[in-house]
Amino acid sequence: MRQVLKLTTAIGMSLAVAGVAHAQNFNDPEEFARQQEQLSMTPQGPEGQPWAQYLVDKMADTAEYKKDGAATVCFSNAGVNNPWRVVGYTNMTEEVKLHPEIGNFVHVDAEGSDDKQIADIQDLLAGGNCDVLIVSPNTTAALTPAVEAACEKLPVIVFDRGVQTDCPVTFIHPVGGYGFGIQGAEFIVDNVEAGANVLMLRILPGVDVLETRYSAGRRILDEAGLTVVGAEFTDGDNAKTKSIVEDYLQRGSIDAVWMDAGATAVAAIEAFEDGGHDIPVFVGEDQQDFLQKWRALDMTAIAPTYPTYQWRTPIIAAVSILKGEAVPGPEWVLPQPAITAENLDDFINEKMPPLHYAMCGCEEMPDYPQAWGGKE
Amino acid sequence: MSDQTLPAGRQKRARGLPRINPVYFILAALIVAIILNNPNFVEPTGYMNFLKRAAPLAILAAGQVYVIVSGGFDLSVGSLITLVVVGSSMLSNNDPNSTWWVISVMLCIGLAVGLVNGMVVCFLKVPSLIATLGMMITLNGFAFMWSGGAPRGYLPDSFRFFGRVNLRDIPLVQMLPVAVIVMVVVGFALYWLMHRTNLGRMIHAIGDNPRAAQLAGVPVNRVRITAFVVSSLSAVITGILLGGFAGVSTDVGTGYELQAITAAVLGGAQLLGGRGSVPAAMAGALTLTAIFTLLNFLGLPQPVRQVVQGLILVAAVALAMARRKRTGQ
Repeated sequence: MRQVLKLTTAIGMSLAVAGVAHAQNFNDPEEFARQQEQLSMTPQGPEGQPWAQYLVDKMADTAEYKKDGAATVCFSNAGVNNPWRVVGYTNMTEEVKLHPEIGNFVHVDAEGSDDKQIADIQDLLAGGNCDVLIVSPNTTAALTPAVEAACEKLPVIVFDRGVQTDCPVTFIHPVGGYGFGIQGAEFIVDNVEAGANVLMLRILPGVDVLETRYSAGRRILDEAGLTVVGAEFTDGDNAKTKSIVEDYLQRGSIDAVWMDAGATAVAAIEAFEDGGHDIPVFVGEDQQDFLQKWRALDMTAIAPTYPTYQWRTPIIAAVSILKGEAVPGPEWVLPQPAITAENLDDFINEKMPPLHYAMCGCEEMPDYPQAWGGKE
Repeated sequence: MSDQTLPAGRQKRARGLPRINPVYFILAALIVAIILNNPNFVEPTGYMNFLKRAAPLAILAAGQVYVIVSGGFDLSVGSLITLVVVGSSMLSNNDPNSTWWVISVMLCIGLAVGLVNGMVVCFLKVPSLIATLGMMITLNGFAFMWSGGAPRGYLPDSFRFFGRVNLRDIPLVQMLPVAVIVMVVVGFALYWLMHRTNLGRMIHAIGDNPRAAQLAGVPVNRVRITAFVVSSLSAVITGILLGGFAGVSTDVGTGYELQAITAAVLGGAQLLGGRGSVPAAMAGALTLTAIFTLLNFLGLPQPVRQVVQGLILVAAVALAMARRKRTGQ
């Protein structure tokens, strides 16, 4: 019995140590500072097309991948399991239509499962038909070996979430989670009195791009001396979000609401409306329903974005790589603008669905707005 | 064991306090704890918001009790809620005049889902757990197919009236959410149907012993199908309230099937059928909501909350079981 106990303790401890070794640092001051700087940089590349622009001027040579004739572009997708990914994936398929060089576009959906995505990538490689592979990883650590294996056979483009290897030709992403957290929190600090009460609402734990949003937001609010009355996970559930805000309102006043993902922002606003409270300073995201509510109630608000236009970029990169043209790499950092009171009207379109992400960079595409579920 | 063999003293004790369902004591204790944490809860805004929030689950649990008492489970209710919210937003598209026909369409969908569930269980002899699990997956698929993964419409205010609006300036309570009125009306109807009609007696009979019920002349299949229909219709009403309360989202119903079953069991329903009460299941739903609310007020970290939530649940059901053993009820 004692031996069993010893053994279990040993296994437990080694697992814990391994866990610590692999734990990602979501509160990295250097990365925070770097992203804060990138937010204010002037991007390079074509004006008015942020999906083709880049902030870091370092190019990857792709001459070795040059290929003539119609290409097959393969895409291993983590999933199309939330509205952000639905809008993004539509951007991507519409971008494919703009490139006659792409003969065949193969999409495999991992449905939010690491195992399935690893198998998907193996199948794509075994099929031998792909000329270039685009990967949007489900989770960082789990997908790293699969991406490394793919790099040995063909050019790989990673985007959205990252992997722990620099073997892909380029890793496409906007500024990042710290940047998102910074934009919202700085707006709150600028618009409330000293010592104001801030409620932080988070969607889920453990996802790097969300954890960094929170750590950046929290750091700025704390440093400004504001009172964070709570930081709650809402699971992205409207009803739960509204209930949590109602409970906090019973306990005391709230001067600002910071969110790490805005899909439930309208439910949070309604908790104030229904209880007859003044609407406080709000951080949302670029969904239509939030933008419209913001204008209708004349709120003091900001919408940081994690732009869905980044889904267009991997296709543009794939086409460039197959032509042997240099692309920004090993990292292709896209600009990450926020929607503010000044440009709010430019992004509101009442004919689009409530959870359409306004920063899609898709307005000029041929099938807009029908392909995104909008009305003529 | 019959009552006659019990000594007189013990029989007397059994008729005392333990006759009251323990779920009411648990609920009362939780409410006292909430009030101690947050004295504002005794104001109408406090408890009325709480009742409004609990109303959807209470109605769902009251419907689920019908299936549980008849000896089955209905796992399809959560995805039916999602389908109702997503489907209503797609159909109504912010047109205030559409509310009534959209609600009628949704009730028809509920009726159809209940009939299919019941008939698969009765005629194809598929266990209800599997039949409704299959229905749950199918309905989720329908909701996604219909919406393309992201909801494509808004719910008009006239639809959201039931779940969102608070009537103001009401004597005594100041404010009265419409959802609470819906809960009381639907709850009473389901209580009456279960405990005051022949249908209710037959549902208890087939859950207790289907063979005996059949030999005694109970139309087993018809009664069982009715139970599934009641459960599906209650899910539609729940969906209408939830869509009204918080607006459109694609995962609104996730997890509600298990919460409804938990609420019914907290209220003393027996998982293999034959026992259960509508008011106690609704009290079970209020208890679950009270646990969530209390943990919100305490401000504990998320993992601690889940541990506490799980422990309270197990303890509450253990108490209900202990009471049943002691009183034979």
